[in-house]
Amino acid sequence: MENSERRVISVIVINESSVLSRITDLFSARGYNITSLTVAPIPETKYSRLTIVTSGSVRVIEQITKQLHKLIPILRVYEHADLVEKEMAMVKFPASENIADISTLCEAYNGKIVNVGENIIIVMVADEPKRIDNFLKLIKRYNPKEIVKSGAVALER
Amino acid sequence: MQISGAQMVIEALIAEEVTTVFGYPGGAIMNVYDEIYKQDGFQHILTRHEQAAIHAAEGYSKASGKVGVAMITSGPGFTNAVTGLADAYMDSIPLVVISGQVPMSLIGTDAFQEIDAVGISRSCTKHNYLVTDAADLPRILKEAFHIAATGRPGPVHVDIPKDVTAQIAEFDYSIDVSLETYKPHTKGNPRQIKKAMEAIANSKRPLFYLGGGIINANAAYEVRDLVHKTGIPAVETFMARGTLSHDDGLLVGMLGMHGSYASNMAMSETDMVIALGARFDDRVTGKLSEFAKNAGVIHVDIDPASISKLVNADYPIVGDVKNVVNEMLELVGRVKSEKYKAWRDTVNNFDELHPLTYHEDTDRIKPQWVVERVGQLLGDDANISTDVGQHQMWSGQFYPFSRPRQFISSGGLGTMGFGFPAAMGVKAAAPEKTSINFTGDGSILMNCQELMTAVEKKLPVINIILNNNFLGMVRQWQTLFYDKRHSETDLSTQPDFVKLAEAFGGIGYRVHTKEEFDAALKDAVEKDIVAFIEVIVERMENVMPMVPSGGSLFNMMLLEKKEVK
Repeated sequence: MENSERRVISVIVINESSVLSRITDLFSARGYNITSLTVAPIPETKYSRLTIVTSGSVRVIEQITKQLHKLIPILRVYEHADLVEKEMAMVKFPASENIADISTLCEAYNGKIVNVGENIIIVMVADEPKRIDNFLKLIKRYNPKEIVKSGAVALER
Repeated sequence: MQISGAQMVIEALIAEEVTTVFGYPGGAIMNVYDEIYKQDGFQHILTRHEQAAIHAAEGYSKASGKVGVAMITSGPGFTNAVTGLADAYMDSIPLVVISGQVPMSLIGTDAFQEIDAVGISRSCTKHNYLVTDAADLPRILKEAFHIAATGRPGPVHVDIPKDVTAQIAEFDYSIDVSLETYKPHTKGNPRQIKKAMEAIANSKRPLFYLGGGIINANAAYEVRDLVHKTGIPAVETFMARGTLSHDDGLLVGMLGMHGSYASNMAMSETDMVIALGARFDDRVTGKLSEFAKNAGVIHVDIDPASISKLVNADYPIVGDVKNVVNEMLELVGRVKSEKYKAWRDTVNNFDELHPLTYHEDTDRIKPQWVVERVGQLLGDDANISTDVGQHQMWSGQFYPFSRPRQFISSGGLGTMGFGFPAAMGVKAAAPEKTSINFTGDGSILMNCQELMTAVEKKLPVINIILNNNFLGMVRQWQTLFYDKRHSETDLSTQPDFVKLAEAFGGIGYRVHTKEEFDAALKDAVEKDIVAFIEVIVERMENVMPMVPSGGSLFNMMLLEKKEVK
């Protein structure tokens, strides 16, 4: 078995119907992994940008980029080496938890409290994926009720 | 001009110089068929099953080099066609397949004969479209033909809702196709080509590995030139048969699971593989880690994803194989043919040690003899299609192919039922040649309804049924690898093939002896109507040599040596 490593691939596509399913179908049909996938239109263009976090051997990653290139509505495929990568997470806590502690923790991870209700508080953090994972480990003791992650977005340096 | 979507389809097909369309009408495509009725720009061939329409279009395309066109309705019409789409996708056959769809207002409501056609065809076409506005139709159809035929060819599916075929919009087919996201790379990198030619010149035991891409690229005659000028021996894949003529001294043979001993040994001994339009399919390579183990690899392919997918290429060259071979020919002076004499002798010795042959050791006709005999009698005058199974491999092994596009077979998908409709398409494309379909008693029943099409449209395909009362290839594997447990492969219960052909208005022959076979074939060729020639052949004959699945190419099961009668 060749070494499997985590890779981030950015894909610029024409923003047309079914383009996303072409991409996800390709991953499932060829047995590639998708760890996370984010997609949004690029402002003031007819394109969208996808950020796909995947894993595989060098050969598999090369195949993924080549196979993606073959899809007709795909303009560009970047396999990133040196990049700035961010991910966002939102977490819901019971309001009975120690809000001050949670708030301090959030600040350490580029985040803050974004909503305070009668029974719950919601926080958000935005940071490197590894740090987000770390944050999510640390907040376990505050009994998080719900966690949502955005998936990674990335830009080459 | 302002015309309906249905009229646009007709106008576009005529503008694309389509002369033959294969298809089957139905509810959602009726507006288009109404326009077909009114026009005389192309002929429509009504098959008796949608799968056959696609295979016929494939055969037509393979024989003519043009884009094949088929038309079908929504729902079951489309799902019946999926096997054909998948087949064309695997073998890189350019097709445009137009299907009807339920009206836009009903899409997503589980309407009668509704299926998510583009959702299904996505994974078995090069590209597909759901047309939502007739104004897009000229552009989409033009793109469809362009995408199907360029780069690595393949099928393109266009799904048109019924109300879109009725909608009136502006039709202008003079528009240019401009796809900023689709620009196939056709010219090989000159520096890389130069390096590859140097690598060939420096190698001691180079070997051409010729693939079906050469046929698709119409590059066979350029490749012949390159092979002859370099004096380097060549092996062909099943899909490349006919690239070199059977009597070419540098053609070693077909390689792979049922390749010749010499071809597989040459591939195992070579120090430089020159792969042209081949994709290192598992049926060719056997065990990958042992494949051409000591060789450098030059890989020329139009599809970058085919390069280094399975075998790492030391000299990857992305480009149209015809362009690249022409560039190679300009540098051919560096390669000295004399240098490879010893290597050529080695390869010839392999062939003398275990030539591709069979034993005539039973009373019954040997299936290989039938293929050889048709080759002797018709040779270059016939185009050869096949179904899938033992007869297919014997056709690839024993027919004396002399030109590209002479051999039409389902290589990638391995679709039983392909042969007969494909042979009809071949006949429609090349009426001056006899169209033979080598088939088996299993395969022929998978599209035998096409007897009706062949009779009606006067497509006199000669189906040669090598009848061993077995699903022969599966039986062979069961004999060899499943301790002779012939599970569900005994086809002793059979129709009367002669009467079956006759029931449709064709002609049938049942043949037990060689004399009867010669007479039947002669008669069928003269009669010029669709025929079944059922040849009762030796039941337990195996296709040899054989590389067991996943085994190394050099570990072949070989024909037992016997005194030849």
